[in-house]
Amino acid sequence: MKNMAKSNPEIGTDRVKRGLAEMLKGGVIMDVVTAEQAKIAEDAGAVAVMALERVPADIRAQGGVARMSDPDLIQGIIDTVSIPVMAKARIGHFVEAQILETLKVDYIDESEVLSPADYVNHIDKWKFTVPFVCGATNLGEALRRINEGAAMIRSKGEAGTGDVSEATKHIRKIKGEIRALSSMSEDELYVAAKELQAPFALVQEVARTGALPVVLFTAGGVATPADAAMMMQLGADGVFVGSGIFKSGNPAERAAAIVKATTFFNDANAVADASRGLGEAMVGINVSDLPAPHRLSERGW
Amino acid sequence: MAGSSPLIGVLALQGDVREHERVLDTLGVPHTQVRTTAELETVDGLIIPGGESTVIDKLTRIFAMRDPLRARISLGMPVFGTCAGLIMISDRLSDATHDQQTLGGLDVTVRRNAFGSQVESFETTLRAPEVSPDLVEAAFIRAPIVEQVGPDVRVLATLDDGRIVAVQQGNIVGISFHPEISGDLAFHRYFVGLVADTLAPAHA
Repeated sequence: MKNMAKSNPEIGTDRVKRGLAEMLKGGVIMDVVTAEQAKIAEDAGAVAVMALERVPADIRAQGGVARMSDPDLIQGIIDTVSIPVMAKARIGHFVEAQILETLKVDYIDESEVLSPADYVNHIDKWKFTVPFVCGATNLGEALRRINEGAAMIRSKGEAGTGDVSEATKHIRKIKGEIRALSSMSEDELYVAAKELQAPFALVQEVARTGALPVVLFTAGGVATPADAAMMMQLGADGVFVGSGIFKSGNPAERAAAIVKATTFFNDANAVADASRGLGEAMVGINVSDLPAPHRLSERGW
Repeated sequence: MAGSSPLIGVLALQGDVREHERVLDTLGVPHTQVRTTAELETVDGLIIPGGESTVIDKLTRIFAMRDPLRARISLGMPVFGTCAGLIMISDRLSDATHDQQTLGGLDVTVRRNAFGSQVESFETTLRAPEVSPDLVEAAFIRAPIVEQVGPDVRVLATLDDGRIVAVQQGNIVGISFHPEISGDLAFHRYFVGLVADTLAPAHA
């Protein structure tokens, strides 16, 4: 085999699926609902866009069943920008995922922001060439998604609120549980795997390396440059911003400001500069005012 | 390289910085992240990582790194670009976004996302005899290709169909793929050798 140069290029390998997420590190992924918004996001320095019909704040306000977006809308956004385009499928809805793969989106988000299609099973993501990102509120959930083939994880937060507190809670929880595993002895990992409800091999790998085997972004409630910088200081590899940009007073400037703050997250002067004169942030909802059935982060199992 | 190892910078505005650092760690080569002009001044050679070229371009301009980078490149600082890094050090792009700029340095024309979307991303092995006697493992992720090369540019590797995926001009090396994702050390070792050679006269 060593002599068989350049034969059989292999698509859809773990390395290329996880690798694309590595390329997004240190960047901001922005929700967009039109091609125009996608262009604004790209010009502001988004590292990728998430194409969807309604941002989470509107899904929340309008209610009803939220589904995969119209293929025409997604296609229009793919045709408009050169950065990667992601799109959402409902949890467990493998046919929506098949459709998104034929559209050649660059990443599928199996997302709790949409109404779940299966309250027991998530999508078997190994069957796809296109990579998946999935949400998680804790390490066990992250490792179950990776076990199903997720090539990237985002902490969930509470989408469509503009309240960063749940995002903080989830990234702290995941990073804290990773640190706890790293300090355990080998023979304690069996019970740890049981308690995390996660596969032993993955638990062992996290304990050894001190990190998830895939990239970890954070999401759900990020609305300001300071929010984004805080997520990065808490150890996120990058940030998803959903409603926070296009539900604000000045989307183009806010988008660029969040990109700057994400790059120079450790430099308070740079984050302060990025925070100046942005106009109204999205109004938002306090997560504590949301009745439990309306909390999206509780979807996923 | 006897005695003093060169200090390699990794441009850390956005992208797979950590993977490059891991390869340099494996090679035992000192390295540091570069985000500011002051940090740039301390390094003997610079790696521009994979990432989103449109974003890295914008960030170099927003944070006033573009001119200092161009100045050091024109003074002969060795540079190694992978994927988005290759795009950044190319003189010409055949499909730039409306306001995209590059730092330049390599007399080549590069096409971005030349293989299509992520579902076309692939792994393969390449021959690069000047770089390594062994086959090089290469991950192409939404990768660019080199469409045209100037007279002073050497081609280091091509795909089966002849498309150019690795080039060198003087101290500047640009490749379409990600040895840092594959964990293949050959290109980094080759680049560190180039950096050491540029320092050699000073230590002679």
